Amino acid sequence: MEIVLSLAIGVLSASGIWLILRPRSFQVIVGLCLLSYAVNLFIFSMGRLTLSAPAIMPKGGFVDPTRYADPLPQALVLTAIVISFATTALFLVVMIASRGFTGTDHVDGREREQP
Amino acid sequence: MSQHLIIAPILIPFVAGALMLLYDDRQRAAKFWLSLMSTALTLVVAVALLLRAKAGAAEGAENIGFYLLGDWAAPMAIVLVLDHLAAMMLLLTSVLALASLVYARASWHRQGQHYFSLFQFLLVGLNGAFLTGDLFNLFVFFEVLLAASYGLLLHGSGQVRVRAGLHYIAINLAASLLLLLGISLIYGVTGTLNMAHLASMMPDIDAANRPLLQMGLALMGVAFLVKAGIWPLSFWLPNAYMAAAAPVGAMFAIMTKVGIYVILRLTMLLFAAGSGASAGLGAGLLIGLGMATVVFGVLGVLASQSLGRIAAHAVILSSGTMLAVIGLALAGGGEWMLAGALHYMVASTLAAGALFLMVEPMSRDDGGIAAMLALTAEIYGAKANPPVEDEGPDGPAIAAGPALLAACFALCLLALAGLPPMPGFIGKLTMIQGVFDTAATSPWLSWSFVALLLVSGFATLIGLARIGIQTFWANDDRDSPVMAMEIAPIMALIAVLAVISIESEAVLRYTDRTAQALHQTSRYAQGVLAAPRADEQPTPPEDDR
Repeated sequence: MEIVLSLAIGVLSASGIWLILRPRSFQVIVGLCLLSYAVNLFIFSMGRLTLSAPAIMPKGGFVDPTRYADPLPQALVLTAIVISFATTALFLVVMIASRGFTGTDHVDGREREQP
Repeated sequence: MSQHLIIAPILIPFVAGALMLLYDDRQRAAKFWLSLMSTALTLVVAVALLLRAKAGAAEGAENIGFYLLGDWAAPMAIVLVLDHLAAMMLLLTSVLALASLVYARASWHRQGQHYFSLFQFLLVGLNGAFLTGDLFNLFVFFEVLLAASYGLLLHGSGQVRVRAGLHYIAINLAASLLLLLGISLIYGVTGTLNMAHLASMMPDIDAANRPLLQMGLALMGVAFLVKAGIWPLSFWLPNAYMAAAAPVGAMFAIMTKVGIYVILRLTMLLFAAGSGASAGLGAGLLIGLGMATVVFGVLGVLASQSLGRIAAHAVILSSGTMLAVIGLALAGGGEWMLAGALHYMVASTLAAGALFLMVEPMSRDDGGIAAMLALTAEIYGAKANPPVEDEGPDGPAIAAGPALLAACFALCLLALAGLPPMPGFIGKLTMIQGVFDTAATSPWLSWSFVALLLVSGFATLIGLARIGIQTFWANDDRDSPVMAMEIAPIMALIAVLAVISIESEAVLRYTDRTAQALHQTSRYAQGVLAAPRADEQPTPPEDDR
């Protein structure tokens, strides 16, 4: 399971970084989305990987913490998802405004002159 | 009641900003007064908190105030921490905010929607970032201030702003992802997000996990260095700061200082002398890159042709100086130098803010984009709205405006260049004294730092004097009006600078205590972890030992 997860994070972040460095604003926004998926998976994995372990402990009595998943990274990842979703939406709006102002989807607002 | 005062700088602007969202933008006058009340109240609270932090130190008692959110014990939940540094940054923010807010009343708030709400949310993020003692909470407040700053940067719209905004948002989104990676890695290794808890765990991290932890901290550091505008990561900064509306630019002058603040707080907490194998981590890098940033700022100031660009590079200069000093302090540079640097930071932030506010009145008859926008908006604004709500164009123009503006510009120039009557001089002098007093750094390094400090002051003098001559002396037909609403906040900022200069002994004593407190890592860490809960302790927390 570890190797699958780390491969997934690695592929997502590699694609994300490649796309961020591209000149079209659509590629940049897709790259940022992929990167944020990679980061979210990474945060999630920081609570250690457990199979079918609940995150919420029952009330009262002795509780063996090793049989439960760490709830904190799950809470953190929820916050991170919401924030990155909101800022990506804002970025999309700015991107569309820039497209409207400049008439091109280049991130610098103008095409590079071809030699 | 008084222990709840610590959370007030977050709650006051939050409530005011949320309240203003309920009304549409026809109520602008009311919104302005509400924002003014909220910002003034925050200023009063910041002064009260500063006095509290100062009084605690004078009595020899615990000088750190705590606020346990939800009344959970310290490492379990988020804690707000008020110490010397946090109180100083709060006060600096609210002084600058008040000036910027009054300035925005002149014309800028009409250029788009929800200016005042965004402004208040920016204050929430700034104050929260200065107060929090928890890494993830720091990320959240950071996002709050970034989200508000995206809106403020785009305020007024136009092609230049949208393009700069696109770059600014992309850079900051990427930096935020790095920050998240760093924070989660730290949590994965140590199992805590509380800064104080982390600091007390630092000496005992086992050797196998230490590289992972240091990598997490380094990732976080990169994110904050982007924000602080360190050299290879600062190319976004001048364009974004120049494109922003004048009052927004003034607020952005403190936003780089958030990065500086976090770097200062975390390096002094986590990489202090007592932190085992991680002691002094990154000191050389901070010194080198900080000095490179100063060089970049010097070149930028000399090469710039417009005042806005010079102001942006002055911000970079001040950031670079601070980062180099933090690196030197981390390498064992001593408290006195850090005290001078903090004094310098206060003065240079206020002066840079004042400079951003002066850009528009000074370049109005140059036909700059911002000036044209402002003038057309004044014309259309006066026609479109009956004078019931927006009473004409923004208060009276004053006859002596240009002369006052020139005087303010000259004083601001002296403050930024670090020349005697203004407080920038005292900060720089103290830094130079401090760097020669210590034996921790090599003489070669000390001399090159001092040389850079002096050269940067000289370059600022040349760059700004050139613009001043072009604007005030070489320009015969200068008859554009200077609004009272515009000149008043600039004069207020200059007056604050003058007060700092006159009372420089008191200010320096305060920053010296701040530097000492920053070096006493264990006091912070143990204080936070021992902060009593409300039901255990009826007296305010800071009276407890």
